[in-house]
Amino acid sequence: MTIKQLSVFLENKTGRINEVTKILGKHGINMHAFSMAETTDFGILRLIVSEVDKAVEILRNENFAVMLTDVVCISCPNVAGSLSAILEKLAEKEIFIEYMYAFADGDKANVVIRPNNIENCLGVLETCACELRKF
Amino acid sequence: MIWNPNKECMSREEMRALQGKRLQKLVNYVYHNVPFYRNKMQAMDLSPEDIRTIDDIVKLPFTTKQDLRDNYPYGLQAAPASEIVRVHASSGTTGNPTIVGYTRKDLAVWSEVMARCLTAYGVTREDTFSVAYGYGLFTGGLGAHYGVENLGATVIPTSTGNTEKHIRLIRDLKVSGIACTPSYALYLAETLEKLGLSKDDLGLRIGAFGAEPWTENMRKEIEERLGLKGYNIYGLSEIMGPGVSYECQEQNGSHICEDHFYPEIINPDTLEQLPYGTQGELVFTTLTKEGMPLLRYRTKDLCTLYNDPCPCGRTAVKMGRIVGRSDDMLIIRGINVFPSQVESVILTMPEFEPQYMLIVDRVNNLDTLQVQVEVRRDFFSDDLGRMLAMKKALADKLKSVLSISADVKLMEPNSIERSQGKGKHVIDKRKLV
Repeated sequence: MTIKQLSVFLENKTGRINEVTKILGKHGINMHAFSMAETTDFGILRLIVSEVDKAVEILRNENFAVMLTDVVCISCPNVAGSLSAILEKLAEKEIFIEYMYAFADGDKANVVIRPNNIENCLGVLETCACELRKF
Repeated sequence: MIWNPNKECMSREEMRALQGKRLQKLVNYVYHNVPFYRNKMQAMDLSPEDIRTIDDIVKLPFTTKQDLRDNYPYGLQAAPASEIVRVHASSGTTGNPTIVGYTRKDLAVWSEVMARCLTAYGVTREDTFSVAYGYGLFTGGLGAHYGVENLGATVIPTSTGNTEKHIRLIRDLKVSGIACTPSYALYLAETLEKLGLSKDDLGLRIGAFGAEPWTENMRKEIEERLGLKGYNIYGLSEIMGPGVSYECQEQNGSHICEDHFYPEIINPDTLEQLPYGTQGELVFTTLTKEGMPLLRYRTKDLCTLYNDPCPCGRTAVKMGRIVGRSDDMLIIRGINVFPSQVESVILTMPEFEPQYMLIVDRVNNLDTLQVQVEVRRDFFSDDLGRMLAMKKALADKLKSVLSISADVKLMEPNSIERSQGKGKHVIDKRKLV
């Protein structure tokens, strides 16, 4: 089970991230998670939102360059070593992680993963001590 | 000191007579050897016999950079290939560089006029002179190089690059003169100070600076920090290269080597010749060139010509500082850059919108060029590596077309201001006043 991540191209400019969050807020779209990948002159804002298709439409209307990417989100126990056990299995099966970001929520820790091969990744995750999350 | 008093101090009447004679010969030569000029003259119902004195020059057609581009590569060459011994090239506006072929005699004239310049600056056979213009297709390096040799001083062909090593050579080889761009001279001063050295550790006394616009303030700063006297040198590859004109000890204008390069000032709109003392576009006719002679070449440089007598004894007309351009050409690190060159590169890459902005600045005394370009929505990728590859691909293409590195900045779609009417594509932040 994969989820759609929303990626937004942003110039490195003060206030630019807030332009995105403001628009999403105005349209009642909630952000569950996000991360920012940055270079010296631009960045890519990656978001998991409540209504992804609607978010794409409204951001495109505001002239943002956006795209959707398949990612997986897992939920594992928020205890020491639980993520390590999962990553070890992924590495064993030669699954490369392009990027990932995480957020803890009480006794659960959620991790968004962008693997190089999503099918194989899902196969490995089935054998791990975690659940796939949906939003 | 004057290198060639016979020519540099000729009376005005003698000079005009010589120019008239040379112009007659030149017009005959191009009429019979360059179909481009023959066709132009025939269309104007003009024959070589109509040109008798230098005043008849106003009857002749103009030549533009576009003409050079349209006749790429050798269309305007008058001498047969067997007579051409060297070729230089400058960047063109749409990928076609401007090719200039030189005969052996052209090279002799070039090193003659360069020797005149260097002598006017005070260079003698006792001097050791570092040429820090780029050696290669650009005329700066080799042009200055052969001038120093012709004069009989020792030339150090430093070219551009390793500044610390350059400083070491200037110190250890007791280099007394240097030719480079004024911005490189300032960079040299800065590097010198960073190394914990000062002008007193070097024995520089003369600088020949040109290939880019500079100001009196820059001159003062360079002179103070490098402990030398800085002189202006002017030239352009289409006409010859460095050495077309040069400052004397008076330093109020640059004497033009008028027996080889006939200068005119025209109104760029009406193309009418303007009198001395009036600002307009500078035009040159190469009176003695064999390889690629040009009639009334429009430089697009705006300046004023003066013919008042100079206390230095030279009689040649002087040109004031270049105050601007009558087109949109930029000079960045001594290299000519047209916004249309950048545009032509961007248009070949579907990843980008045809919207761009050039930001030119001077940071630590070196010109910088940033090219801002919008990424097309469909080409935006969540993969950072792919985005950076896109940026690098454009930077590489720009480098090969412009001959200088540009810093590419990827911009969001619709973020570059759309201008009404004629697009504004340049922000030049360099302060040259």
